[in-house]
Amino acid sequence: MVDRFRVLMAGLFGAALVFPVHAFTQNSPTQTWPDPVPNRPPVAEKDKKPAPRRTLVGVWGSRLGNQAKGVQLRPNDGSPESELPYTPYGRQLYESHKALEGVDAVPPARTNDPRAFCEPLGFPRYNHYDLGVQIFQDEYKVAILYHYDNRWRVIWTDGRSFPKLLDGGVEIDGQYREQRFFGYSVGRWVDDYTLEVQTVGTMPEDRVWLDNTGRPISDQVRITETFRRLDYDTLEWSETIDDPKVYTRPWQAMKIPMTLQDPRTDVLTRYCSPYEIDAYNKAYGDSASGK
Amino acid sequence: MKSTLIIVFSVAIGLLASVPLIAHHTGSTLLSETTVTLKGVVKTWLWSNPHCLLTLEVKGADGQVVQWVVEAQAPNSIYPAGYRKNSFSPGDQVTVTVNPVANGRPYGRIAHVVLADGTTLGGDGARGRGAAAQ
Repeated sequence: MVDRFRVLMAGLFGAALVFPVHAFTQNSPTQTWPDPVPNRPPVAEKDKKPAPRRTLVGVWGSRLGNQAKGVQLRPNDGSPESELPYTPYGRQLYESHKALEGVDAVPPARTNDPRAFCEPLGFPRYNHYDLGVQIFQDEYKVAILYHYDNRWRVIWTDGRSFPKLLDGGVEIDGQYREQRFFGYSVGRWVDDYTLEVQTVGTMPEDRVWLDNTGRPISDQVRITETFRRLDYDTLEWSETIDDPKVYTRPWQAMKIPMTLQDPRTDVLTRYCSPYEIDAYNKAYGDSASGK
Repeated sequence: MKSTLIIVFSVAIGLLASVPLIAHHTGSTLLSETTVTLKGVVKTWLWSNPHCLLTLEVKGADGQVVQWVVEAQAPNSIYPAGYRKNSFSPGDQVTVTVNPVANGRPYGRIAHVVLADGTTLGGDGARGRGAAAQ
């Protein structure tokens, strides 16, 4: 009898290990608005399911935090590896930026970061701050909704032409078009699990930065992203910067494994509100800065 | 005048290990790389972007009460570490470990908080310049 009881308990215990509790379920059964669980850990190898074909749809999060130290692959921490291949103009721009983060950070009252004034971050900086997204798609496009500041961008996948980059804008079908905070993005499926995206036509360097630590980005940049669906729960998101105005050569900024989140998640919003920024500075930022 | 601060070592490894820590972005000219631990009474808790703010009154060994204002990250960043809009109420007794600002004023960045019932709320994560993002 004792042996059977032990076998039963061992079996129940083993079953609990073999059949994982639904990875999304960290809420009580009575909760109708699931709490955000943006840091869901990667799925164990034995539990991985095959990647679906040609879809990026889902709520995606990472365990990176807010990337306060700068772009994921080259954080601005003072190490030799963090030194970017600046052109002389690029270095001049960096030194003019008074950032709130990174090795050359300044107190809140002395920053000139556009983010501190609730200017749009611009692309690709939205990839380098507090990254969490929802992705929807149809036969014509992929739409990425960024959680930070409730922004969205569109990647056209319907075979349209890629814009020609000009000084101060782009040319599309023979017409001059304006610069945009998210630029103009065109994507193509290189195989059933990889979407490659090119973006040009972003804002000039006096309006946007590359990351929170003050690295610059110009309107002559060409950004290449790849979205690789590695398995059902994992999307590897990579980005390469090619900006000859501020960097002497292309370099890779990120390669982030994003994890699929519960699609019912109610994401906490994070708007940039000038009112709230002002209140923060009055309550903390100015005094903490010695103002 | 600075009040005398009591340095206490709090252990929160279990909780901190179970939640992903948010990279600490201390500015080299803003925050000290040391930490201090404050035992005080909550005055206000502001659950807001860009940073949540905890105001507490700390009584030093000399009997002087100093009001500290300490910050955490934005709500969506600290939510995984256990913070909520109603985590603190005026009058709550708390123990807060902070990186104080370098200019000596009673301001700083929360590392973690221990509530009166012993609950530990994770904080801002790794401290100090060059600490790895987590």
